[in-house]
Amino acid sequence: MIETREPILKVRDLAVEFTLGSNGLFGGKKILRAVKGVSFDLYQGETLGIVGESGCGKSTLSRAIIRLLPATAGEAVWLGRDIQKMNSNELLDLRKDIQMIFQDPLASLNPRMTAGDIIAEPLKIHMPNIGKAERAVRVAEMMQKVGLLPTMINKYPHEFSGGQCQRIGIARALITNPKLIICDEAVSALDVSIRAQVVNLLMDLQKELGISLLFISHDIAVVRHIAQRIMVLYFGEVVEIGEAEQVTMDPHHDYTKRLIASVPVPDPKVEMERREERRRLRKAAAKAA
Amino acid sequence: MALLEVKNLKIDFLTHDGPVHAVKDLSYTLEKGKTLAIVGESGSGKTQGAFALMGLLPKNGRASGSVMFDGKEILNLPTRELRSYRAERIGIIFQDPMTSLNPYLRISRQMTEVLELHRGMSNSAALAESIRMLDAVRIPDAKNRVHMYPHEFSGGMRQRVMIAMALLCSPELLIADEPTTALDVTVQAEIIDLLVDLQEDFNTAIILITHDLGIVAGTCEDTLVMFDGRVMEYRKTADIFDKPEHPYTQGLLAAVPRLDKKVDRLSTVSYEFMAAKGEA
Repeated sequence: MIETREPILKVRDLAVEFTLGSNGLFGGKKILRAVKGVSFDLYQGETLGIVGESGCGKSTLSRAIIRLLPATAGEAVWLGRDIQKMNSNELLDLRKDIQMIFQDPLASLNPRMTAGDIIAEPLKIHMPNIGKAERAVRVAEMMQKVGLLPTMINKYPHEFSGGQCQRIGIARALITNPKLIICDEAVSALDVSIRAQVVNLLMDLQKELGISLLFISHDIAVVRHIAQRIMVLYFGEVVEIGEAEQVTMDPHHDYTKRLIASVPVPDPKVEMERREERRRLRKAAAKAA
Repeated sequence: MALLEVKNLKIDFLTHDGPVHAVKDLSYTLEKGKTLAIVGESGSGKTQGAFALMGLLPKNGRASGSVMFDGKEILNLPTRELRSYRAERIGIIFQDPMTSLNPYLRISRQMTEVLELHRGMSNSAALAESIRMLDAVRIPDAKNRVHMYPHEFSGGMRQRVMIAMALLCSPELLIADEPTTALDVTVQAEIIDLLVDLQEDFNTAIILITHDLGIVAGTCEDTLVMFDGRVMEYRKTADIFDKPEHPYTQGLLAAVPRLDKKVDRLSTVSYEFMAAKGEA
């Protein structure tokens, strides 16, 4: 049913390369191929999970999509327009439509700004016509929406807990009414029950607002809970993409199998068996390498 | 006789806003070569409860109660006396390996130092022993890598180095404080499996401190769940997972998304949740 609609984001053969410093005076330059020709579609109201380990290129990919990093090849098409060819005005519009939430809740908030100012800042940039009074109303509404008390508006980031900081980050991302939010390891630094709260919040907001999510994480269990489709990245390449149910229940690629075997299952008997399975997969991987 | 017996441990912090009771009442027993998981969220007192045993509380921390290690009271011992326990009989692994390793020193120096100080080994003997230990924690090419600096290792490898360092003097007890929280899921599984293997090989008793009940299931014999400085549930791990008795434990279990069970909504256990149950 979804497939008949036009995707809001089309990524085709996107590649990102970094040039590393040369080794000595006559050493040639090294090229690090972080993302090697990634293609996927994202539909409105859909959550696509991107899983992979540290260094597999999942953050680089997301940054290249919104042109925080230059792509070396391929294209990313947002609502029919090629992001690589956008001028600075179009880019500003794009970044109103696509917002990001980052991993470290405290580090991604300016310590010298109050929660209210942080949440209001995208409004000042993207909707400068909105008056001060209207802005204050929208900020207060948004705080309530993400589960923060509007009375906290004048507090600074360090006065909030990690989960609350992440809520500020979500409020900041939502205030411009974006169509897509990229969550880059947005819940990885949180304790289990706080993580559950933030995951629930994201799912509720998505249902209410109909936004799309690119949910990046190394934890396939969280991704499977929140996403309809999952894309598995390994060394910059897509090794598997499909329905969340299919990828987690019937994985095709060995790396996906290893990823799934690593997720702890809260059942002592099952976990004992899985440890044996992990030992076997690790040995097989060592042999292959 | 139990290896470790903690009785009515209380920890207070004196702050400008008055005392903070981080641990209100903590008691448990750990036999030689056994494993115990202490599970709780940020602020539950799980880490301070373990740090107090080693005399590692911040200056404004006060601990009371009793901690018997191998039949001797070690709580609040002067630092000089505690030194014969630290590293030699009780090893510790911290959450963030990068901040607990010295970035200016090669791994070899950081490891041999421990053996020279505690075992009086010569430098060459200490180096050989360090390489043997890095092999034991499955660091490939340990012979050459022992001379590298901490930043030249990945996060998972650094945590292996930390484990190797903690095991150098073959301690009878190893305290692992959130050893995998900063790591990827795949690396986390490797480190936890490694701890289990080492525990079998070296017969070291382990206290595993974590916020994630998931990693405890196949690892520890006993599990102690903490909230707000107190023990919520302390039983055999198998029993806790089979039938969690305390609402807090039930909530924690349901907060972790599972691959083998699809749920529509994750449970959350908050302070308010506990207050409603009359526990906070």
